[in-house]
Amino acid sequence: MLEIAGLTCRSLANVACVIEPGEAVAVSGISGAGKSLLLRAIADLDPNDGDVHLDGHSRNAMPAPRWRRQVIYVPADSGWWADYVGEHFEDGAAATGLLHRLQLPADCLDWPVARLSTGERQRLALARAMTLAPRVLLLDEPTSGLDPETTLRVEAVLHERLADGAMILFVSHDPAQAERFGQRHLRVENGALRVAPGGGGS
Amino acid sequence: MNYIALDYWDLAGAASLMVINAGLSVIFQLGLARRLVIAAVRMVVQLTLVGLVLKALFAMQSPGLTVLVALIMVAFAGREAIARQERTFAGYWSYGIGTTCMCVAALTVTLFAVTTQFETATWFDPRYAIPLLGMILGNTMNGVSLCLDRMLSTAHRERVAIEARLALGADARTALSSVSRQAMRAGMTPTVNAMAATGLVSLPGMMTGQILAGVEPVEAVKYQILVMFLIGGGTALGVFAAVMLASRRLTDARHRLRLDRLRTNA
Repeated sequence: MLEIAGLTCRSLANVACVIEPGEAVAVSGISGAGKSLLLRAIADLDPNDGDVHLDGHSRNAMPAPRWRRQVIYVPADSGWWADYVGEHFEDGAAATGLLHRLQLPADCLDWPVARLSTGERQRLALARAMTLAPRVLLLDEPTSGLDPETTLRVEAVLHERLADGAMILFVSHDPAQAERFGQRHLRVENGALRVAPGGGGS
Repeated sequence: MNYIALDYWDLAGAASLMVINAGLSVIFQLGLARRLVIAAVRMVVQLTLVGLVLKALFAMQSPGLTVLVALIMVAFAGREAIARQERTFAGYWSYGIGTTCMCVAALTVTLFAVTTQFETATWFDPRYAIPLLGMILGNTMNGVSLCLDRMLSTAHRERVAIEARLALGADARTALSSVSRQAMRAGMTPTVNAMAATGLVSLPGMMTGQILAGVEPVEAVKYQILVMFLIGGGTALGVFAAVMLASRRLTDARHRLRLDRLRTNA
């Protein structure tokens, strides 16, 4: 269970939210409302105040790198620090099954990063995070560069993780996706996190 | 040792070469004549003052005064090292880091030299300490300046890649490793190049100065080799200190990238 209380970071004030194991929660809001800021603050990537607990363990009581291995933020614009895709994976061999299910060819680990398309980058960044088996995935527009068919594939792969008890907080500009993939739908508005109209059920 | 002492007519003759510069500026409307005159006058005044200061310093042989002059030189070098950079740390951090690196590198190496290689002189003999410090400081300053400039501009440009590593649970040191490596290379390359090209492409000023002053070329070369090693050591220490301090300031205790601590200079 991910418990967020009193989270304050720049424009966000006193955000509170609880995510149960196996739950996917959609976050929407107009551009600049602070959706990415919220995910970054939960991952502790920006200076922020507040209590965040994962399964009863306080974020502030553990080193930040350990926290971020369990609560991984996957930005909309993925970052690459080496020349080849495979160098970004701790265990490339363990990732092949996952890559296949994300509709990426087996040899994509040998590709130069510069050659990747937007959609490939997006799925590879997601795979890179998922191979670390985090408890929580904070996904910033995870399928914005994908066609509808591939989007459903990605959602199916994420569903498997949810079934294993993972938690997902995802930003989406697509109301249909928020409805389809999220059990709940929240909205960032004026620095606060509210239940989106018609998104309260589970 | 014999050398030809210059009289003031010799200098006046050399100064007439400036007329060529001024002429070029006027003919091609470079607008440099004024600045040229000011720069030339500054050069003459500054060097004359340094000559007088050194003369007085040599006469007094006081450890306190030698250290004071050394610290003033370090303070100026610290300021120059962070001047003209695209990005710097906000507040006093910028100057603090520049000066600390200069202190660590140049003072350590100079002390090492005057206590081990120049045994006959006392450690504070300004005739050895001040010229050595000047040469080491000048080169270390360039190294630290290039290193910090590369470090901060690369961190800024590669923000997304650095944060990608942090988001996946890397610690700050690992996430900045590529940036640190590039910065160290940038800081050390001029010194490595200078060592490789010395004697073939350039005749170093100190060595040629000694030869003009009547020193045997082989003896002058020995001095130059010693100075090159000191410069190499000073630059390495300064660059290392710069990367250590800058990477600490670029990140915080929660291993976040803190680009908000940088300032862009126009």
